Amino acid sequence: MTWTLALPELVLAIAGLVILVAGVLPKQETFFPVSMACIGSLLLAAVLVLGQPEGTALGGHYVADDFSGFMKLLAIGGAAIGILLSLDYNTKEGLGRFEFPLLMLLATIGMMVMISANDLLSLYLGLELLSLPLYVIAAFNRDSARSAEAGLKYFVLGALASGLLLYGSSLVYGFAGTTNFDRLADAFSADSGVTAGVVVGIVFVIAGLAFKVSAVPFHMWTPDVYEGAPTPVTAFFAAAPKVAAIALLARVLVGPFGDLAGQWQQVITLVSLGSMTLGGFAAIGQRNIKRLMAYSSIGHVGYALMGLAVANDVGLRGLLVYMAIYVAMNLGTFAVLIAMRRKGRAVEQVEDLAGLGRTDLGTAVWMAVFMFSMAGIPPLAGFFGKLYVFLAAVQAGFWTLAVVGVLTSVVSAYYYLRIVKVMFFDAPAGALDPAPASLTVVMAASGLFTLFFVLWPAPLLAAAQAAAAALLG
Amino acid sequence: MIAALAFYLFAAILIASAVMVVTARNPVHSVLFLILAFFNAAALFLIAGAEFLAMILVIVYVGAVAVLFLFVVMMLDIDFARLREGFQRYAPIGAIIGGILFLELLLVLSGWSFADQADDLRLSPNPGASVTNAAALGRILYTDYVYLFQLAGLILLVAMIGAIVLTHRERAGTKRQDIAVQVARSGSVVLEEVPVGAGIKALGIRRPPEPEAEPPKVTHDAHHGGHH
Repeated sequence: MTWTLALPELVLAIAGLVILVAGVLPKQETFFPVSMACIGSLLLAAVLVLGQPEGTALGGHYVADDFSGFMKLLAIGGAAIGILLSLDYNTKEGLGRFEFPLLMLLATIGMMVMISANDLLSLYLGLELLSLPLYVIAAFNRDSARSAEAGLKYFVLGALASGLLLYGSSLVYGFAGTTNFDRLADAFSADSGVTAGVVVGIVFVIAGLAFKVSAVPFHMWTPDVYEGAPTPVTAFFAAAPKVAAIALLARVLVGPFGDLAGQWQQVITLVSLGSMTLGGFAAIGQRNIKRLMAYSSIGHVGYALMGLAVANDVGLRGLLVYMAIYVAMNLGTFAVLIAMRRKGRAVEQVEDLAGLGRTDLGTAVWMAVFMFSMAGIPPLAGFFGKLYVFLAAVQAGFWTLAVVGVLTSVVSAYYYLRIVKVMFFDAPAGALDPAPASLTVVMAASGLFTLFFVLWPAPLLAAAQAAAAALLG
Repeated sequence: MIAALAFYLFAAILIASAVMVVTARNPVHSVLFLILAFFNAAALFLIAGAEFLAMILVIVYVGAVAVLFLFVVMMLDIDFARLREGFQRYAPIGAIIGGILFLELLLVLSGWSFADQADDLRLSPNPGASVTNAAALGRILYTDYVYLFQLAGLILLVAMIGAIVLTHRERAGTKRQDIAVQVARSGSVVLEEVPVGAGIKALGIRRPPEPEAEPPKVTHDAHHGGHH
């Protein structure tokens, strides 16, 4: 048994247990040292992922390849920056308890398990290990009714989605007689004709995973949860777990169900169309910027899924590049949102940004960069993300997807640019508090990436290309 | 023959008690019928040769889950008559959804083809006659499935952390045991020799001397100071 292949997960799990004991023993609160230790162990896990050999291990439940390496680095990066973003906010809001970064760390183990899943069982357990900490940190501000509502809503709907996923998995197992992805691929590659039961099973599995990536029509929880949860938690939700769930969706559909692409492509196409349209139109009327970002993330998932609907190497490469760029600019945007405080109180309306260009030019410029990038304006990174998925869709003849994608990104440009207009052309509503150093660093880092991706896109493209090739086998 | 009779007996009681769980007017009766259903399901597992599962079902579901239900039902003041008010109104929608699910199940079952060996595999939970049920489960759980086993453990750990994070808090006014104070207490605790057999009637109830003559004033002041 080659258990050493799963070294990153093992090390992270053991580090989590050690940090838990070290955090709970001292009498005073250990939020800051525990956060630092969590970030440190995430970085250690990232290094181990970089040096990870390829292969399957642990009774075929675990697989490591270029695809898992790419997605894991993305998820770990998102999680580490998520913890960094929470440092200042949690201390100021009285949420500075050491369990917070620890739950994020445990959720990251769940993401890595999901990304490396090679079996329906490890898929499900990884998904639960990801979801359970997320329910808890959504309700982490337990004295706030909104936060408790967000946690409860997410929990109830998440349990429903898990049920759908399990039902689908049981149907697939019933018809194939195995839960292992490799053997499922063998079972479905034989041209014996696909039965209706398998298709029903696949649709249920897609429904369960679409809930996790908040794609239409399983998006209803997203605005409420994003609005109610503490802002660093929202930032975390919008970045790392989405990467893991998208990775899982891609691996399940392209791996074991690869030969049934004709069956699930229509489903993914419909989900993608719906998400893009809803993301484009529903965000227009939003006043609360966290709700706006929730609809924006639904739209972005729609664009990313366009790459999966195409289901060839160009499309998958587009999907991976899109997710990498999405995570980077999303974390930057949320760094700005977390920094939004006036006289020590967190504010979250679009109007609160009014006149930011005059009161805090640095933050306003970074926010403008992120908004232009999300709207897909060249030469910023967001434009290239969209370019690669649209290109794949056009090349493969998915004209409807490409046309709807272009139209909805024009519509969504309205609300992104409105934020820029509010920041630079409206009368100041009073200065916001200066952003703390940790947030400024994140803003600057992801802002520089967004600005200068155009100069040096080759490494990301090459990595995404290798990952897509590994997935298609 | 006897096995078949036992099967039909347990299955019939199981289904009947399951129906009673849903239809009983008194929620306490519902939970008691649920326990009966669990016991019959455990008996069915025994007939199939899965004695480990049967025991787990009794211990976990009857011993822990159902008793917990019972506590919750008895302690919460829920007006079940009001909960049932909407039944007439929602019945048609429920029937439609149930019908759709039933049709889907039919669709699935119509496309089902059993493997040739399925009949033999169905009732052989043991790999060989010499290995017991629990040992067979343990053998694969701790070898082939050790990854999943450990993951399940992590999930339970997260559930525990979550429950503590969301519910445990330090409230003002709660009394906690302070062992140092208890140990340092002297003078108020004395050993006395009491005549054997005298009883409480002869001796009266002895109380420790009340140390409250002086301290209340001090604590009152400190309390006051803390507020300002």
